[in-house]
Amino acid sequence: MLLEVRDLHVEFRTRDGVAKAVNGVNYGVDAGETLAVLGESGSGKSVTAQAVMGILDMPPGKITGGEILFQGKDLLKLKEEERRKVRGAEMAMIFQDALSSLNPVLSVGDQLGEMFTVHRGMSRKDARTKAIELMDRVRIPAAKERVRQFPHQFSGGMRQRIMIAMALALEPALIIADEPTTALDVTVQAQVMDLLAELQRELRMGLILITHDLGVVADVADRIAVMYAGRIVEQAPVHDIYKAPAHPYTKGLLESIPRLDQKGQELYAIKGLPPNLMNIPPGCAFNPRCPMAQDVCRTDVPPLHEVDDQRVSACHFWRECLNG
Amino acid sequence: MIPVFIGATLLIFLMVNVMGDPIAGLCGDKQCDPATAAQLKKEFGLDKPVWQQYLTYMGNVFTGDFGTAFNGQKVTDLMSTAFPVTIRLTIVAILFEIVIGISLGVVTGLKRGRPVDTTVLLLTLVVISVPTFVTGLLLQLLLGVEWGWIKPSVSTEATFGELIVPGLVLASVSLAYVTRLTRTSIAENRRSDYVRTAVAKGLPRRRVIIRHLLRNSLIPVVTFIGTDIGALMGGAIVTERIFNIHGVGFQLYQGILRQNTQTVVGFVTVLVLVFLVANLLVDLLYAVLDPRIRYA
Amino acid sequence: MPEQPNDPELAIAGTGMGGPMDLATSEAATLDKTPGPDGGGPQDRPRSLWSDAWRDLRRNPVFIISALVILFLVVISIWPSLIASGNPLKCNLSKAQEGSQPGHPFGYDGQGCDVYTRTVYGARTSVTVGVLATLGVSLLGSVLGGLAGFFSGVWDSVLSRITDIFFAIPVVLGGLVLLSVVTSNTVWPVIGFMVLLGWPQISRIARGSVITAKQNDYVQAARALGASNSRLLLRHIAPNAVAPVIVVATIALGTYISLEATLSYLGVGLKPPTVSWGIDISSASTYVRNAPHALLWPSGALAITVLAFIMLGDAVRDALDPKLR
Repeated sequence: MLLEVRDLHVEFRTRDGVAKAVNGVNYGVDAGETLAVLGESGSGKSVTAQAVMGILDMPPGKITGGEILFQGKDLLKLKEEERRKVRGAEMAMIFQDALSSLNPVLSVGDQLGEMFTVHRGMSRKDARTKAIELMDRVRIPAAKERVRQFPHQFSGGMRQRIMIAMALALEPALIIADEPTTALDVTVQAQVMDLLAELQRELRMGLILITHDLGVVADVADRIAVMYAGRIVEQAPVHDIYKAPAHPYTKGLLESIPRLDQKGQELYAIKGLPPNLMNIPPGCAFNPRCPMAQDVCRTDVPPLHEVDDQRVSACHFWRECLNG
Repeated sequence: MIPVFIGATLLIFLMVNVMGDPIAGLCGDKQCDPATAAQLKKEFGLDKPVWQQYLTYMGNVFTGDFGTAFNGQKVTDLMSTAFPVTIRLTIVAILFEIVIGISLGVVTGLKRGRPVDTTVLLLTLVVISVPTFVTGLLLQLLLGVEWGWIKPSVSTEATFGELIVPGLVLASVSLAYVTRLTRTSIAENRRSDYVRTAVAKGLPRRRVIIRHLLRNSLIPVVTFIGTDIGALMGGAIVTERIFNIHGVGFQLYQGILRQNTQTVVGFVTVLVLVFLVANLLVDLLYAVLDPRIRYA
Repeated sequence: MPEQPNDPELAIAGTGMGGPMDLATSEAATLDKTPGPDGGGPQDRPRSLWSDAWRDLRRNPVFIISALVILFLVVISIWPSLIASGNPLKCNLSKAQEGSQPGHPFGYDGQGCDVYTRTVYGARTSVTVGVLATLGVSLLGSVLGGLAGFFSGVWDSVLSRITDIFFAIPVVLGGLVLLSVVTSNTVWPVIGFMVLLGWPQISRIARGSVITAKQNDYVQAARALGASNSRLLLRHIAPNAVAPVIVVATIALGTYISLEATLSYLGVGLKPPTVSWGIDISSASTYVRNAPHALLWPSGALAITVLAFIMLGDAVRDALDPKLR
């Protein structure tokens, strides 16, 4: 495994109390593999990713337990300076909103080149040449001229390509993409996603794709991890999940996708609201919203059941769910 | 900008000429006798309507003629001795704002909510609350009189060395303001997405702070300091009076007390001009610092 | 609309009021532009905004202390004899510059007046000037600025030009020029001057917050339902635009007190026999080597008073704008 997250716990300590954002997450990704992490906002998918990258705001955030093994080393045991050298070079992150994630007062050439001057000790001139190469690689037209421009002078799709170029600059082993296409126009989304998938294949990188868009997932992911209330509720190869979900929450998510062949029918929506992370319900966190909930769900936290050697589900009634 | 210049100078011109008696200063403490008064008014063109006086005056100003004070000194001569002193004082004040104000602002912005932040924040409120003349008198009393570190009043040369403490006094309120502005700006930008990106790129902390965080956060601060130049020069009256500095404020104060119309209007005209030019420069500087404005 | 060219921080910086005046404007500008936690302006939910603010304020020691100080100041301004039995104008030259002694804890000033009594009576002058000037400035400024923001158009352009002109004149300088010809020894010329030069500050804030409030959906809805202009302004816009004005006015009150003392120090503000901290500080500064206490006590009282108002305004602003915490 390239990356393995083991039993990770993250809390946020605020004035109003302690929010348990991540409660024992386990997932892993191999070189060349794409893991999609799925979940509503507040499910802990971004927080887990930030903990992996080491860019969690601490305080208020605090990692209270677990391990993050990257190429065999536990990142949580590294000193900040060693950790920094991993960031950007060995693992990189692509953010959702490229406009706000790029520095408004530095040219894109400076921001791309910085990767090479800082991590590789290149001269500014060489770094500039590298920056132009990168922009060519993510297919930004007229890279030579545009390298001097500022983020606000690019279109949304082009900006996201620059984010991708920046992440790929040092050909890291792992890329974490946090909703990389959510902020884009629908027409551009596919282009950007295809580009990302293509570059990933080419460089044999591990990719963690955080999203709440099941459409994107079906196309590019190898495996899916579904998160709810800071915990993984189901993890499985992508085809298995689409065929038959083994957790009622996954089932709800799948059923809430609008489908052409069911035109005219009422859209399914999971009832209720995501739980308050300061006050997660006892038992299975999903029980207040679950159509299959029984008494045991309100008292016992379901363990991760092995559905088969590829697949886990955190539902007491995974069998019933799997069978419809 | 031109309407503001005309409006502000006209306003001052009216205040001085209509509210006051422009020739009162000429006859010393006594009232002028009517014949002399009429004679003097004619001589200085004061018998004409005010708007005409204003136009004549502004016409002269643009040829570099600020008129003559009643004691026969050319106003431009007064300016050439007074302005260098006040400019030196302003430079010292601005340096304090930059060095102390920005440093404190960065530290508190980064350590927001910690004891150092709360302490500095409270201190800035205290500095803002204590009127400049009180700060000045107290520093003069302590450093000059009690401890003897500085001379309580500044010599006519007014060297940079002598102007350190007066400059600090002049800067004090702005300095507190620069601190607060920098702090707010740093704290706001620290949570921004692009700073998170910079961290995710694996840049060293120093580089993240200086190149990414500071560069963005200082835009409003730099523009504030720029506009403050005009305000500092105009506000130097109090500081110059306390430390007996013979600069612009001193000349203005004397001019006002002695009802020396030409001096007052002349100096105020230049100050308004400095204020407006500083504002214009800040607008240009702003475009240089922020490419979003430049290419808007 | 003749806008300031760039961002609000810069617009504030261009006040040219110099000194403390700038703080108030800037703080309100942040208040004005920072969206509340729900993404809307802080004026979005007036009732819960104020009750939330009040809940926060009651727990804020800075607010409690400054409110108590202000309460104390107001009480002794109305009944100074509660804590000072002497007469501030009854002086004994033979005791001039003497230090602290029983019954006269702060000693005597240059004319042999009791510094304690004069410091207590000075509060009345400062509070009177501060309160009246703030009332005048707020009324004039909110009405002019509010109308300009509401009706826009020519009236707004003219007003913005006028405020620009006023901002170009340094306050202390304007005070010197205008007040140097006044011979009256009442507080009215000083208050009048402050209203004359202070209103553009409030009018700019009021204009900005009225424009923000005007764009709220419910105001648009009320307009679509045919509410009259006066009803829109008084019932829908004013209650939501008033928060920034109150914050600025509170902070401004402190700065007016400070300005009065500064003008009196320069000899153009209040004049004896009015008892004013500024006058006392000014005269004490001439014999400070012999009797520093005559300078220190009124200076301290002045500083604490201004600080109390500024801290109160600061606390209120924080409470009204949770995002800045």
